[in-house]
Amino acid sequence: MLKDITLGQYFPMDSVVHRMDARFKIVITLLFLVMLFWGQRVTALIAGFVFVVIATACSKIPPKMLVKSLKPIVPILIFTGFLNLFFFGGGTVYWEWKFLKLTEQGVQASVFMIVRICLLIAGTSLLTYTTSPIVLTDAIESLLSPLKKLKLPVHELAMMMSIALRFIPTLIEETDKIMAAQKARGADMESGGLIQRAKSLVPVLIPLLVSAFRRAEELALAMECRCYHGGEGRTRLRVLKSGLRDYIALALTVLLLAAVIVINAVLG
Amino acid sequence: MPVLEAIDLTYTYSIGTPFEKTAVDHVNLQIEQGEFVGIIGHTGSGKSTLMQMLNGLLKPTSGTVKLDGRDIWEKTADRRAVRFQVGLVFQYPEYQLFEETVYKDIAFGPRNMGLDEKEIDRRVRETAEAVGLKPELLEQSPYALSGGQKRRAAIAGVMAMEPKVLILDEPTAGLDPKGRTKILTQLRDYHRRTGCTVMLVSHSMEDVAKYVSRLLVLSHAQVVCYDTPSAVFARGDSLAEMGLALPQITRIFHGLRAKGVEIPDEVYTVKYGAEQLLALLKGGEGKC
Repeated sequence: MLKDITLGQYFPMDSVVHRMDARFKIVITLLFLVMLFWGQRVTALIAGFVFVVIATACSKIPPKMLVKSLKPIVPILIFTGFLNLFFFGGGTVYWEWKFLKLTEQGVQASVFMIVRICLLIAGTSLLTYTTSPIVLTDAIESLLSPLKKLKLPVHELAMMMSIALRFIPTLIEETDKIMAAQKARGADMESGGLIQRAKSLVPVLIPLLVSAFRRAEELALAMECRCYHGGEGRTRLRVLKSGLRDYIALALTVLLLAAVIVINAVLG
Repeated sequence: MPVLEAIDLTYTYSIGTPFEKTAVDHVNLQIEQGEFVGIIGHTGSGKSTLMQMLNGLLKPTSGTVKLDGRDIWEKTADRRAVRFQVGLVFQYPEYQLFEETVYKDIAFGPRNMGLDEKEIDRRVRETAEAVGLKPELLEQSPYALSGGQKRRAAIAGVMAMEPKVLILDEPTAGLDPKGRTKILTQLRDYHRRTGCTVMLVSHSMEDVAKYVSRLLVLSHAQVVCYDTPSAVFARGDSLAEMGLALPQITRIFHGLRAKGVEIPDEVYTVKYGAEQLLALLKGGEGKC
């Protein structure tokens, strides 16, 4: 069951988007986020939708995968949709009961919010689907490198992030194993109330934490043994390279963002 | 009636994805009550998957597992009760220890069974003794024990459920020779004393040969043979092809036989080998 988590899952494929420079992909994703949240008009959402459709088509990622990435956030969608629907006042009132009020603006805000969150998750999932975590952290390090001037430990932060990402699957596997072992001793994790279930997690969480500490210690030791000393003077196995397609993609995104801003400004 | 029975058992991982892999392929198996079964096969031969199906942790893709003649995946069957009857010790079981004291950790299984304190206390003390943990260790934190002690405490945790069938997945992995022998002889004593069925998974023939009454050889998700050790070792060549080395002593005697020395049956313990050699030296001077 834990294997269904798609967080940060990478889909190795050969497509234009996969081959793009990861730094550009991050910048483009950020521009896409700005675009989504620009103003309270439908233009931003249409532009966002167009962006996701084009990017998905270019990436060869099956649209089904994007829908799957939306699954875990369904509760959040329902919750925010509900809040916006009833507590966001203004405009014509359709229906009223005690403190609940269904208004024109409320309906609009709720639909906007849901579509916006869906696009947000789909767009960012596209980034992690098409970029391996290692390359992604390399790109983040490269983008943040100007901050080194401010004495920020950029390389160390990036290293921490890649180690964390690297160990997610390992720890998931470990959790599965420990759960199976405790089940073999009769641990019951499927029934009982909330408190009972929380209690039944103790036999899983403690060994998991212990093993995480053990792994951290072993890794630290192994790095020390190989004289790891941080960012200075290190060369890379994968060098990030930007090309014509990256600039074209960036230019298109900037144009799309500009269009949204202009349309919003003109319509007031 | 066999205590455990596998009928046409198949397990396939990640069905419908490019990573699809059949780990257990139409396996038929009958384990009789009171037997000491060794299961050998190299890495990836499906040993662990098969064991997890036998105690109901994994649901077979197809086929049935029967405990005392009853299908454990029947609608009315209680899978938790099955796990108490078919105790499974995982690989590196010391990583599942979590309680404050060794005592509480061994008591985890029996407590889940809903036994009363007196019975739990009896079982904890008995199994701790069976695996050679001194009573004063029971009040210590499991994390304070040595590697070998941790391993034995974890095995005791499953033994304390007093299962009908005890399955151990590579209980000696990563231990030194002394620790290995200790665990294996303790297991043999446990088997003799309680008369329960023990299944020992291993990839080392050397370890298994001395203790088991029957050997199950798995290769590429299928059963190659299930027979007494001497019958299995008689097929030495085909085992070697599967990447399973015979015990050293057996190989020596195979070599002797190839040279024309008459040896009545298969030798797979050093003790028996020595007896055979002595008999040969005394009896037939001319033959050697």
